[in-house]
Amino acid sequence: MRLQFYVLSDYNPKLIMTTHILLKDIENDIFSFQEYQLRGGYASVEKALRGMSPDDVIEEVKKSGLRGRGGASFPTGMKWSFLDRKSGKPRYLVCNADESEPGTFKDRYLMEMIPHRLIEGMIVSSYALGSHKSYIYIRGELMWIAKKLEAAIQEAYQHGYLGENILGSGFSMDLYVHLGAGAYICGEETALLESLEGKRGNPRLKPPFSATVGLYGCPTVVNNVESLASVPWIVNNGGEAYSKIGIGRSTGTKLISACGHINNPGVYEIEMGLPVEEFLYSSDYCGGIKDGKALKAVIPGGSSVPILPKELILRTAAGAPRLMSYESLMEGGFETGSMLGSGGFIVMDESTCIVRNTWNFSRFYHHESCGQCSPCREGTGWLEKVLHRLLHGQGKQKDIDLLVDITKKMEGKTICSFGDAAGWPIASAVRHFRREFEAFLTK
Amino acid sequence: MPSEVSIEFKPETMSKVTEIIARYPDGFQKSALLPVLHLAQKEFGGYLSTEVMDYVAKILNIQPIEVYEVATFYTMFRLKPTGKYVLEICQTGPCCLMGAEAMMSYLEEKLGIKLGETTPDGMFTLLGVECLASCGTAPMMQVGETYCENLSLERLDEIIRRLKKAS
Repeated sequence: MRLQFYVLSDYNPKLIMTTHILLKDIENDIFSFQEYQLRGGYASVEKALRGMSPDDVIEEVKKSGLRGRGGASFPTGMKWSFLDRKSGKPRYLVCNADESEPGTFKDRYLMEMIPHRLIEGMIVSSYALGSHKSYIYIRGELMWIAKKLEAAIQEAYQHGYLGENILGSGFSMDLYVHLGAGAYICGEETALLESLEGKRGNPRLKPPFSATVGLYGCPTVVNNVESLASVPWIVNNGGEAYSKIGIGRSTGTKLISACGHINNPGVYEIEMGLPVEEFLYSSDYCGGIKDGKALKAVIPGGSSVPILPKELILRTAAGAPRLMSYESLMEGGFETGSMLGSGGFIVMDESTCIVRNTWNFSRFYHHESCGQCSPCREGTGWLEKVLHRLLHGQGKQKDIDLLVDITKKMEGKTICSFGDAAGWPIASAVRHFRREFEAFLTK
Repeated sequence: MPSEVSIEFKPETMSKVTEIIARYPDGFQKSALLPVLHLAQKEFGGYLSTEVMDYVAKILNIQPIEVYEVATFYTMFRLKPTGKYVLEICQTGPCCLMGAEAMMSYLEEKLGIKLGETTPDGMFTLLGVECLASCGTAPMMQVGETYCENLSLERLDEIIRRLKKAS
């Protein structure tokens, strides 16, 4: 794998990226249709629409073992096969580009630097699912990226990859960009659909699942940007070839957005199975901890996954090297493991105050709770308040256990998984750094 | 009546609105609400007054309450006037690891206002916002549609200087 260095603009950083499947060609800043096509872009559309049935495409994606890259890691091919095709209603494909999980900034660069990769993936996937109107729901703050996507979509129309009777195949579709307006919860699949329908982003009660009752009450698939951008490679090279990349059930490559106290923050495309230690310390990736300090903890998959102290992020409790894969990061369950999640890799050095950091995230979740379910609406508020008073020297002895108790009362008791996600970072911080919390009591 | 008459999209914005509504299936014009509110906020002074929301409801043929409940849910919609430039500093975990709090206090001191306030001359509004997907270039803030990344005190000085000069 090679390293590439970029200077995006005046206010942008040196971005470091390794090339592989998704970020292939990105070093040349390929925005234009011509350049993208010269390098084999849109080949998967030609291949699928001319020579494969929709079921063939779904079969390849199933074989690839691709799992949802937004954080839930549900097998994409299986999700597709749940789509109700017999209802007689229109079917929809919606791309979740509401990237809002703290620590995650991969989809943003993928869309900004190589928008045609996502568009190509959406055309092939729409063909496979029978969606004739597909939408990219992008978070409102990324307005300039929405404009780039719209310009790229126009190019695709001009070249006959979108619109009526694409490539003479008889398949027609339109693709639209839809702007959100600042709500973390809209990254939740059904909240996103509510928002796309012009409503508040309140998640829906499931079942029914989106595969039967989704957008406008019709069967719908919602996939993350990175998942959809992986589809062209899978169609071109075959699902089996994709499944050979990576390790075990963590097939393919994954975009990791690394941030915090490291020398080389940026977006890296890694092959699943890379040892965490190599990712963290190799100059090909994070390049070690900033200013020569020691590592304290890592949140490996976006702020919603459990935090792990140095000993447990580098090695499992059983002593095996921890790998960048769904399975390896989960090893040890919630006691000693975490999750790969969205790939938002947040690194903290020895000077980090875990209590302050935990309070900060609790404020985030309190602010972002949609307020629909009492355990989450009230619980996130309590968590923030209790952490705030701890942090300011007004904590009581039982507050630490109270924190854990509140997270337990939220977990599994809400319409969506936000209630779980808001509690896990706090419960894990207390589990692994209890003494730091206690230190605030004696102050 | 006079307030209704004074609020109307420019013809070019109106044709954009029509184009947006056409993206959604017949009968689901409410889907256009978020994108149209973005346009309305931009065109009518940077915030959504009740009159503006009522106007949008009329265009989309929905009840005003359907607009209010959406406008109050999403953080990008503002219900009160703001300064000419809104400085939105990310205050979430990853940015704070990289010094966002120092940037916020520096701006508070420099502009003489607290988070959430507007300078007396109406030039700057300072806000703390949640994660903007820019954690690799922290600390950062959004000014209008622009992301200002890898902030330092010097860079903040420069941004403020440039914005003052531009107005």
